[in-house]
Amino acid sequence: MMTIIPTADGSPVTSGKLMTDENIASDAVSSRPAVAHSAKTITDVVIRFAGNSQDGIQAIGGFLARLAGRTDKDVMTYMTIPATISGGPSIYQVRLRTGEVLSAGDEVDVLVAFYQHSYENHIRTLRDGGILLYDSDNVQPNLDDKRYRSVGVPITSVTVESIGGTGKDKGKNMFVLGVIARMFDLDVAKLEKMLQGYYQSKGDDVYRKVVGAFHAGYAYNAGELTDHFAFMPAQNAGGRARVVTDGNQAIAFGAIAAGVRFGAAYPITPWSSIMEILRVELPKYGGTFVQAEDELAAVAMACGASYAGHVALTGSSGPGLSLKSEAISWAIMAEMPLVIVDVQRGGPSTGLPTNVEQSDLNIACYGAHGDAPRIVIAPATVEDCFYTTMTAVKLAREYSCPVIILTDQALATRIESFAMPDFENLVQDIAPTFAPRGPNFQPYENTADGVAHHAPPGTPMVDGRYPVVTGLEHDESGHPASRPANHVLMVAKRRRKLQRLAEKLPPPALFGSPAGQVLLVGWGSSLGPIREAVEQARAAGESVSALHLQYLMPLQPGIGEILGGFANVFVVELNDEGLYGYGQLAGLLRSRFCDPKIRGITKTDGLPFKVREILEQMHARLAGREVGSVSADAGAEQEAG
Amino acid sequence: MMAATVQVPQYTRKDLVADHPTWCPGCGDFSVLSIYFKMMERRQVPHEKITSVAGIGCSSRFPYFVNAHGAHFLHGRGVPFATGISLTRPDLHVFLFGGDGDAFSIGGNHLDHAARKNIKMTYVIMDNSVYGLTKKQTSPTSPLGFKSKTDPHGAFDQPINPMKKLILGGATFVARTHSHLPNHVLEVMERAMDHDGFSVIECLSECTEFYPGAFDAANPRKGGVFNPVPAEHDVTDEIAAFKLAVAPFPGYFGVFFEVQRPTKNALEAKLNAEAQAKAGTVSAVQLLQKTFQRFG
Repeated sequence: MMTIIPTADGSPVTSGKLMTDENIASDAVSSRPAVAHSAKTITDVVIRFAGNSQDGIQAIGGFLARLAGRTDKDVMTYMTIPATISGGPSIYQVRLRTGEVLSAGDEVDVLVAFYQHSYENHIRTLRDGGILLYDSDNVQPNLDDKRYRSVGVPITSVTVESIGGTGKDKGKNMFVLGVIARMFDLDVAKLEKMLQGYYQSKGDDVYRKVVGAFHAGYAYNAGELTDHFAFMPAQNAGGRARVVTDGNQAIAFGAIAAGVRFGAAYPITPWSSIMEILRVELPKYGGTFVQAEDELAAVAMACGASYAGHVALTGSSGPGLSLKSEAISWAIMAEMPLVIVDVQRGGPSTGLPTNVEQSDLNIACYGAHGDAPRIVIAPATVEDCFYTTMTAVKLAREYSCPVIILTDQALATRIESFAMPDFENLVQDIAPTFAPRGPNFQPYENTADGVAHHAPPGTPMVDGRYPVVTGLEHDESGHPASRPANHVLMVAKRRRKLQRLAEKLPPPALFGSPAGQVLLVGWGSSLGPIREAVEQARAAGESVSALHLQYLMPLQPGIGEILGGFANVFVVELNDEGLYGYGQLAGLLRSRFCDPKIRGITKTDGLPFKVREILEQMHARLAGREVGSVSADAGAEQEAG
Repeated sequence: MMAATVQVPQYTRKDLVADHPTWCPGCGDFSVLSIYFKMMERRQVPHEKITSVAGIGCSSRFPYFVNAHGAHFLHGRGVPFATGISLTRPDLHVFLFGGDGDAFSIGGNHLDHAARKNIKMTYVIMDNSVYGLTKKQTSPTSPLGFKSKTDPHGAFDQPINPMKKLILGGATFVARTHSHLPNHVLEVMERAMDHDGFSVIECLSECTEFYPGAFDAANPRKGGVFNPVPAEHDVTDEIAAFKLAVAPFPGYFGVFFEVQRPTKNALEAKLNAEAQAKAGTVSAVQLLQKTFQRFG
């Protein structure tokens, strides 16, 4: 992963093959600050911090990610957290790159291990030639293992020494941040400013300790540690300012930008942070977010607010989506705009609350009684979370139906940098309007495209006849009507809306050649690893392309033609291979295209796809070895928390 | 002086009537509907300022019979649906109609939470103590021993006491009435409408098809006794209200409990005013830009 390229002055050159013990030794610098000349220029690094959840390793990752965003580097993070309330092993992985980051990285270049268990559980992820940075107060590594470079730093004792005894071992994270800042020649002034911005308000004592620990780390002379790496300057410096958020933040602010002013939900991991943000932010915009008594009430409140003229938002994770499905069915029948966010986690039932899975596709597309067509879209990146939410609001409003956003735990918690949205051109005001309607206004008019909009309460009806919206089958005026011909007509009307939408959509994005040996089809957060798999396969001379589906219901046009150009189609998704050997999207595509060449690459270990896993499964299938889902990686058990 | 006092009614009952009710002949709900029309006629509230919503059940057909904006929602979820309207539309008076199954069984939890949050709306629960739409099953207010298709040997689950549940839940207006006494229904309904908060009325409403004579004991025309809430009752006294609530059937009729407590509507509006004052006079665009600059 860590790509070292020659610097301008040509001094430390380790292109292609990465660091080895030899070249590390030869490049070792004897004394500290003279970074500029000794630094290896790199374009990409993956650092994994492994400790316990109370050590604040998320904070190290968060600061590094934000710093990257401020210095024109792309960044992607990956974290696992234990499902327990407090404590337990936890990791935070940061990938910094000059240029686009597609995945959080299969292997790590630097492993920072705070404890013996951190070392033991994660040393497998450290690539050959990588650096193990361990707390020599707590970890006894196998120093005979020469695959990687071991650097011991008494993190605990030096931290305690540097900030005084009262804080116990709190502050280790800031110490490590200092060590990393030195190692990668990061912009210390900017980091200090960020620490100040975050910690100064927490009291002088806290702030003093944070700065003390950080400086102690930065100044720490770890002897052989004194390798330095400097990032190659970004090519695109000077573009739009960059921002750093996680996926859930992007969804919350995407909803605000789209004009959402009412939402209701019930807390559930990993959805909760969206509602926490909206509860604080919406009042500033004149909106309201309600913590409902349960999932049923939450979606019912959202339906009520949508009926009242708004485009309301609700959301949850798997179990909550199950509970909301009755009301989703109502919103489809009553033709109400509604946005539902599902932050997928491992299922079924309570399942794996803090792990990722893409196993809610079926319930999102089909979950509700009756013939209940709705729109389902899935964001692929953190930035996409923002824009997909805006799209969802727009579609809900335009088509007067529920729109489900299928995001997932990995996207929800990971941090990425992206260009500052162009708010001036994006922000919408969709406050309800009450222009008089009629005469003969029909809330369910059977229009050519099936689309009709109800009149919110408050709207004067010029003929004095006021409409009722309903979940009973109804005629165009909203009157309950169970006549056979009427049901035929109205079922078709609700379905036709989505068919007309599908016709207007662009074909899905194809990555690579439009024809060839293998097409990898993916959706949601697997986009990055799939693209990286394609890049690697193509670099190795293989004929592999990728297709990413943003719309799961309705499907975008042109997919059949694209599938026709490939000898093999593998649908890559984080769910089970099912009873018949393929996952949920593969099942949907098979039922749509009747094409038995559509097969699956699936896995259920609760972790994002690694590039290697996709390629291995692809090769196995191409070689005629029919294998099941990807089996859990060694060490994945601990990693999954 | 003379002319100024003359008021020409803008809306008449005729304007408010929509479909003819689908209820069975003699159903107590007719009386509630008729009194609702009378109240609206008296109050002269324009159609577009009313919304009448309901869950599922016989009584929940109500919105179809009122010529005003209305919605027919899900079984038991009328309360949170009405909450969504109430919190976003201070310009509307939200009326919610439903039955005992909707309110006390499938939607029982919502009742407690709308009560404690004090969501501004008027909820009229037409209690017939039986499931009528599904043709005679036991309801949460069916008395012990009631024989239904689901309890052919007589119900033995303790029935819910609506007044106790509502007072305990924190509802700020709790009243009980009887559809056979229209003037009483009108009186409590008007008081409920004027109440700034979550106002709930349990209106005994006979199901002539599946539970005829259920409330005769409280109907003087059928030889029963109608006990109004005693004049000296202090409606702000929760314990006194509880004591009235535990009286054996037919119990008391009138306003059991009424207190003023800030509504969630008002508290959310206050929160918004404070948040907006703190943010200053800025547009949504400026606010988002400012927020995202912090993410840089």
